[in-house]
Amino acid sequence: MTVQQTIKDKIQAALAPEHLEVINESHMHNVPPGSESHFKVIVVSTLFECKSRVERHQNVNSILADELAGSVHALSMQTHTATEWEERSRKIIKSPNCRGGSL
Amino acid sequence: MSDNAVANSIQTEIDDNDVVLFMKGSPLLPQCGFSAAVTHVLTTLNIKFKGIDVLQDQALREGVKQFSSWPTIPQLYVKGEFVGGCDIIREMAENGELQQLFDDKGIAHA
Repeated sequence: MTVQQTIKDKIQAALAPEHLEVINESHMHNVPPGSESHFKVIVVSTLFECKSRVERHQNVNSILADELAGSVHALSMQTHTATEWEERSRKIIKSPNCRGGSL
Repeated sequence: MSDNAVANSIQTEIDDNDVVLFMKGSPLLPQCGFSAAVTHVLTTLNIKFKGIDVLQDQALREGVKQFSSWPTIPQLYVKGEFVGGCDIIREMAENGELQQLFDDKGIAHA
């Protein structure tokens, strides 16, 4: 199974999201073609109600702790409730381009 | 340095400086797109901050992740409080919350 699919499955199981996107952004970085090192996830879940942004991100980070300790080098995320997601017109913030370093 | 000493030095930095960004590279030469993005946000808001390059110190690089319970760099602290990483900072900048936070905390513009 790809890392991308593993990330999808784990978040799906833990957060029962109404909307979930797992985007492989590795091609934007200084890594070989086909790498699974940089991801962005968009998670819309009612479980985020009454949680701060930091708590939501920590929640997702802990779900993906194994991946982050392994091959996943960067994980960008947007975590919203359904209301927030509609309020922001489902807008996704574009990830920054790499600065060339692979440190 | 022991883990404890690293934690103490992080605590000292965030106590002594109103706005601290733990980042890869320096504010003038960020070594990572995410660190560059947060530097850009702070610079655009004219916020004076201390950038600390974690690439210069492996113990600090790992230590700050433990300290903040946050597995990635960059990390922004304002008045000793952890605000978030790149995604959170950009989201807050986008809807004006970040400016509000600096105003509420009495952070002067550069």
